[in-house]
Amino acid sequence: MSQYILRRIAIAFPLILAVTTVVFIVLRVGLPGDPAQIMAGDRASPEQIELIRSKLGFDRPVLEQYFIFMRNLARGDLGRSVKFREPVRGVIARAFPFTVTLTFLSVAVGTAIGLTIGVITAVYQRTWVDNIGIVLTVFFFSIPTFFLGLLLILIFSVGLRALPVQGTGSWRHFVLPVATLAVGQSALIARLTRSSMIEVLSADYVRTARAKGLAQRRVLSRHALRNTLIPVITVVGLSVGGLLGGAVITESIFGLPGVGRLAIDAISNRDYPMIQGAVILVAASFVFVNLIVDIIYAFVDPRIRYA
Amino acid sequence: MPEARRRTQTEDWTRAARPTGLYHLVLLKFARNRVALAGLICLALLLLAILFAPQATPYDPIGKNTPERNQAPSLLHPFGTDRLGRDIASRVLYGGRVSLRVGFMSIGLAVLVSTPLGLIAGFFGRLPDNVIMRVMDLILAFPGLILAIWLVSILGSNINNVIIAIAFFSLPTFSRLIRGITLSIREMEYVMAARSVGAGSLRIMFFHILPGVLGPMIVLTTLGVSGAIVAGASLSFLGLGVRPPTPEWGAMLADGRNYLRTQWWIAVFPGMTITLVVLLLNIIGDALRDALDPNVRA
Repeated sequence: MSQYILRRIAIAFPLILAVTTVVFIVLRVGLPGDPAQIMAGDRASPEQIELIRSKLGFDRPVLEQYFIFMRNLARGDLGRSVKFREPVRGVIARAFPFTVTLTFLSVAVGTAIGLTIGVITAVYQRTWVDNIGIVLTVFFFSIPTFFLGLLLILIFSVGLRALPVQGTGSWRHFVLPVATLAVGQSALIARLTRSSMIEVLSADYVRTARAKGLAQRRVLSRHALRNTLIPVITVVGLSVGGLLGGAVITESIFGLPGVGRLAIDAISNRDYPMIQGAVILVAASFVFVNLIVDIIYAFVDPRIRYA
Repeated sequence: MPEARRRTQTEDWTRAARPTGLYHLVLLKFARNRVALAGLICLALLLLAILFAPQATPYDPIGKNTPERNQAPSLLHPFGTDRLGRDIASRVLYGGRVSLRVGFMSIGLAVLVSTPLGLIAGFFGRLPDNVIMRVMDLILAFPGLILAIWLVSILGSNINNVIIAIAFFSLPTFSRLIRGITLSIREMEYVMAARSVGAGSLRIMFFHILPGVLGPMIVLTTLGVSGAIVAGASLSFLGLGVRPPTPEWGAMLADGRNYLRTQWWIAVFPGMTITLVVLLLNIIGDALRDALDPNVRA
């Protein structure tokens, strides 16, 4: 078991290293035009551009720039934001908790609802309950995040005046953003749980469990659900990537000061150190989440850890 | 009547000899799914209206028409008008051209690039497999939309870069699928038979393995196009991609979100249209998957 975990960690680190290298290459080499010129803006004087260039080390050889970049990164130094005029790390550290809260709550709520719906529709396969479930899940699976967010605002804020549209003052501000992301998540998980559960329910060991006289509830919870969860867990991990992307949209709709909105603002401000920091952080978090998922996976499915 | 009997018997034989290939069976199974068939017809009608938008609508999607601004939905303007007096229904149809172009071209590009990559990785194994798949892992380490946002912000926001960015983040999904199927087909006897009669690697890859990959690929492509349409609209919604006044579904929603209180129709109708298109594509994709799955009965 510990060997498996160590092996997984050993894969994750080079991946994060490769991710940061790609981010460096794209921004320093792949960016069309002079990065110092772009950061300084169109009306900057040649002296200002030169100052930015030497300050950020763009006048040095690329390889040296890379080593400086990696050394700084290892110290947690992501550079200074052009817009905020302070270290990127500080700005991102203030925004990150919002994104983590939003993503975590959406995963938790969406997965819980999705599992419930998936199990119920699988158990009542080919009945009207199942049909309604199929229609609802394919609909909520299809509705784009940005439209769902606006619809929820239209219904709950503009129409019913029940919930606030923007801001972060209280827990009520999180209801609509979390709902926006959790709906799609629950539809995804419900569809997957249903098909996984249907497959498991026709397995021999479920028939055996029934044959030895176990109650339906016990067959479902002890025998069927556990094995249903195996593919579901992987998808929950992968769906975090989609939710991080969705968080950019949700944060922008509901005015939450998270990393996603920070990145979008940084793009319109051409704040390249900030974009770089946000992309590295998001990608590293995603790699980390999938590492955790793989470890959970090994606990749930012994075949993985002994393979 | 021995003659008549013989004839009917021959007819029976010809009937029995009708093509019963895999794809024929799949199509039959798909056609028996009435929801999916209705979805296909709806989608075809919608695509026709979008393709022939200039003929289908009497209004100009871009020019101002101030006297008719901010009108609620009516018979003349079924989706209402925006704050410049432009007919929303016309803009939705014209906007569909952009969104569908993004959806189909980005996935087309992704399929074109990832098919040889997946085939090579699966067929040759070892070094080529390792190199290609590690690059795909690297792309997968970035959440899709975040990667697209980042790429478009660097390449510059226009529709071609949106297409490239979406194609790029879709690469791993397709090449992983193709690689996986190639791995299993490579070991089959008919591949060995082809090799024993002297077929080269290229011939085996494209004529013997690729046909086996097609079915799952069609399913993934259908679902991929719906995802790409949403991704493209998301980018435009965030202000990356299509610029006003060009109509595009995501951009129209971004415009309408500021008028939710007073003119809800500006955002709601483009949103409903994109949901409908994505829903139809997902229903068709699901039905194709069921049709291709021998375990699912029609």
